[in-house]
Amino acid sequence: MTGQNGDHHAKFRAFGNGSRKNEERVVRKDWAKMKAWDAIVIGGGHNGLVNACYLQRAGLDVLVVEKNDWVGGAATSRELTPGFLYSNCSYVCSLFRPEIMRDLELPRFGLQVISYEGGAVFTRDGDYLANYRDHDAHRREFARFSKRDAEAYDRYARDVTRQCRFIQPLLMRTAPDPTSLRPRDLGELLYLGKKFAGLSAQEMALTLRFWTMSISEFLDEYFETDVIKANFALSGIIGTALGPMSPGTAYVLLHHYMGEVDGSVGAWGYARGGMGAVTKALAASFKASGGTIRIGAEVDHVLVQRGKAKGVVLAGGEEIYGKLVVSNADVKRTFLKLVEEKELPDIFLRRVKNFKIRGSSGKVNIALDSLPEFPALPKDSPVYRGDMHFTDSMERMERAYDDWKAGRWSADPFLDMVIPTTLDPTMAPPGKHFMSCFVQYAPPKVNGREWTDADRDGFAESVIAQIAEYSPGFRDRIVHMEVRTPREIEAEVGLTEGNIFQGELTFDQLLFNRPVPGYAQYRSPLSGLYMCGSSTHPGGGVMGAPGRNAAAEILRDLAKSTSHMSPAHDVI
Amino acid sequence: MAQATRKKPVAKIAGAAVSTRIAAQSHFRTLRLGTPLQPRIDALAKTQDWYNWAGYRAPHSLWDEELEYFAIRSQAALFDISPMTKYRIEGPDAEALLNRVTLRDVTKLKSGRVHYTAWCDDEGFVLDDGTLFRLSPSHFRLCSQERHLPWLLDSAVGFDVIVEEETEAVAGLALQGPTSFAVLRDAGFAGVEKLKIFDLADFPHDGGTVTVSRTGFTGDLGYELFVPADKALSLWDRLMTSGEPRGIRAIGYTALNRARLEAGLIVANADFTTAEHAIRADRLRMPDEIGLGFMIDLEKGHFNGRRAILEARAKRKLRYVLVGLEIEGNIPAEHAIVYHRKAQEVGLVSAAMWSPMAKRNIAIASLARPYGDTMVEDLWVEIYAMRELQYQKLMKRAKVVARPFIKLDRRTANPPADF
Repeated sequence: MTGQNGDHHAKFRAFGNGSRKNEERVVRKDWAKMKAWDAIVIGGGHNGLVNACYLQRAGLDVLVVEKNDWVGGAATSRELTPGFLYSNCSYVCSLFRPEIMRDLELPRFGLQVISYEGGAVFTRDGDYLANYRDHDAHRREFARFSKRDAEAYDRYARDVTRQCRFIQPLLMRTAPDPTSLRPRDLGELLYLGKKFAGLSAQEMALTLRFWTMSISEFLDEYFETDVIKANFALSGIIGTALGPMSPGTAYVLLHHYMGEVDGSVGAWGYARGGMGAVTKALAASFKASGGTIRIGAEVDHVLVQRGKAKGVVLAGGEEIYGKLVVSNADVKRTFLKLVEEKELPDIFLRRVKNFKIRGSSGKVNIALDSLPEFPALPKDSPVYRGDMHFTDSMERMERAYDDWKAGRWSADPFLDMVIPTTLDPTMAPPGKHFMSCFVQYAPPKVNGREWTDADRDGFAESVIAQIAEYSPGFRDRIVHMEVRTPREIEAEVGLTEGNIFQGELTFDQLLFNRPVPGYAQYRSPLSGLYMCGSSTHPGGGVMGAPGRNAAAEILRDLAKSTSHMSPAHDVI
Repeated sequence: MAQATRKKPVAKIAGAAVSTRIAAQSHFRTLRLGTPLQPRIDALAKTQDWYNWAGYRAPHSLWDEELEYFAIRSQAALFDISPMTKYRIEGPDAEALLNRVTLRDVTKLKSGRVHYTAWCDDEGFVLDDGTLFRLSPSHFRLCSQERHLPWLLDSAVGFDVIVEEETEAVAGLALQGPTSFAVLRDAGFAGVEKLKIFDLADFPHDGGTVTVSRTGFTGDLGYELFVPADKALSLWDRLMTSGEPRGIRAIGYTALNRARLEAGLIVANADFTTAEHAIRADRLRMPDEIGLGFMIDLEKGHFNGRRAILEARAKRKLRYVLVGLEIEGNIPAEHAIVYHRKAQEVGLVSAAMWSPMAKRNIAIASLARPYGDTMVEDLWVEIYAMRELQYQKLMKRAKVVARPFIKLDRRTANPPADF
């Protein structure tokens, strides 16, 4: 995309309407006057901020432009009603890389992640199946439903842990390009190959199956009891437009297991102060190292000249120049909205268009004037401080997905519900609570048309009705509620179709195929334009690894040191 | 247009199974269960020194771990083994199933006998070791460290057999030490003198039955008693009363662990990692690699892991060996690294102590073959002895020796002696 056309197009975009010659002169003058940032990061989500922090700390002069009047992207805490902080998108923390927290001194800027206690699936017969942190309590709890399955957990945990240990070191490395003969790519391929070769034949087979099979089939190899399978399967579908019986969902489970809270692998926690605490700390760290953030600055498009990104143009027409541009937006938003199609190679464009980033979930965030009661749950149960679910069978889970396929939200939805205020006193007034309900499935369009407000209310009702079945009087405790369908998530956060992972975590979209083959190393077809969002390796979740890895590649291109970036902690 | 919300009402609690299940919810309030003998143990627990044994609150020591050890070797010691995992395996095909699952030939295990055995996964890696009690021709009890219900049930497909976990239903007591026989006899277990080592028999107790076997984990004269949970306290009282004149004492695990090391016995997940818990593939062990090769009976027909074990033997793929070590000096070498020629790392000590009975510094270690196997000369252990916040680093010579480290005639004497 070099030569006359691209050049012309870039000028056109940069100069707006009018006589080309005049505009050219005007801009040349501006070029001289205007500051050109070393890097402009589009989007102040956690990955954009991680990326910006690392670049700034490498000595670059970095600007983050964020369309909202606050930073955070999908990791925010917002006071939507007085006294209540809402983690209104992402709601739990586990995958965020400890190496990044340390490198960027996030504890110093207020980030604290607190582990939480297990959780439960409520069953329709008035009971529940809990997950307890204590190994023996966990076994005894499962034994209430099946003595056999209770004793099957160790083998299951062993196999999942083995797979996590295989993948975890890959999170903080740029995926190799298998078609490249560069020594570095060969080296990385060799690393991958060696790691794979280090597995036993049985583990290799398991790895390949794990990356391709359905969570339902995977769980069938260990467990017999429906509610126990449903309990584990939920991690295989969260954020994914697939059902528990769809191939590829076993990997999604792995993705959720890879996390850790302070060395406790697989543990989940709450960011104290809500998920916004993550991005608040990142923003503070960024500013402390000299970085600049502009909020309320929506990027209309990337400024491209001679096939090279030169800066961004804001929605109001303001041009900001940068030696390079990094997009935290998902791959579709970046290349289908912020860059003109003709700047991009055909095959790349086609693959971006076909990238699977289907909306599958929504959120219902609720302020409560008191802790809800669940008659099935003893009052002193630790489950109140964990994650709660109501989908007690694989079939119900799959049926919920059937609705999505038909273009409807699930009439009997799958909920991942947490009440972080049971452990975090900063999010609501004493005795009052914030409840986050992640809801699946919600289609990007309802029966092929846009969501309406009436649809949104119907969607919310399906959620409230489900909770109220298990918690009488629940409706009376509601002080305020925020309902977010894919429509609201896309409009506010900018995630295409409201997909929380910026693209599904299926094997065809992982590693060197994420987001598209040939462009898995954070670079794009346009020189000077990089990607750092969850559309890139290793994918979604509040992990920070894409932002970090992209920074490493950028600094490599600039021949700058990456000595301020810790490598992944050893997995021993 | 809004969709209708599909109503899925919470069903009213129905059925005895559901109400039993709901009644069991409250276990979360007691993370460490008491055993059926807990009231007696608690009353004697002067040190309040507990550990977690498979979810039970078990004593490390009760009053003095040193003296508790000597109670095993001089008088009689009572140790609560109720937390041990127990499976009832019963039916016409019970023998065939166990022959298929475990390494030893179960057809040679007569009714009224016990044997120490182990079992492997299909790759020949050891899942656990344990004791198999043949209570009748068609009724067995398998005791183990870890839990194996899925493995046993999956293996039982096609066999006419019932496999049932009975850990909570059956309480267990180990009575070990030179006066243990006399204690049982004086307690009225008529005919107990007829039990030879690894024999078992039923005796009446408190309107029920107690199964007594001449087995144990100490290398000493000793017995193990299994009784329905509701008869456990009366059994304890009966033994304590009759044993009082002969110095019976209740003990904790630390004392027992010393005795077992002197006896050269291994503990799963202490001296080797069981296959279902080994996250790192190189931690898996075949029976020949942990000193259990003697159990393997290749003549008996197929058993789980047989092909892999045969292949590993034929192709010399056995990579480790578990050995007894005698180490110079008297400083215990627990978890010390084993070296060849003081330079090359060849293994690790998994258990070590100064043996009061052998007056030797003993250890169990896993070494990478050929060390410990064909190369047994010039082995050393590096001991880091922490003394008042300083490591005293010692390089001590280690000699491979046969286990057990002590052999007590009274263990197998017939009839057993009074002390």
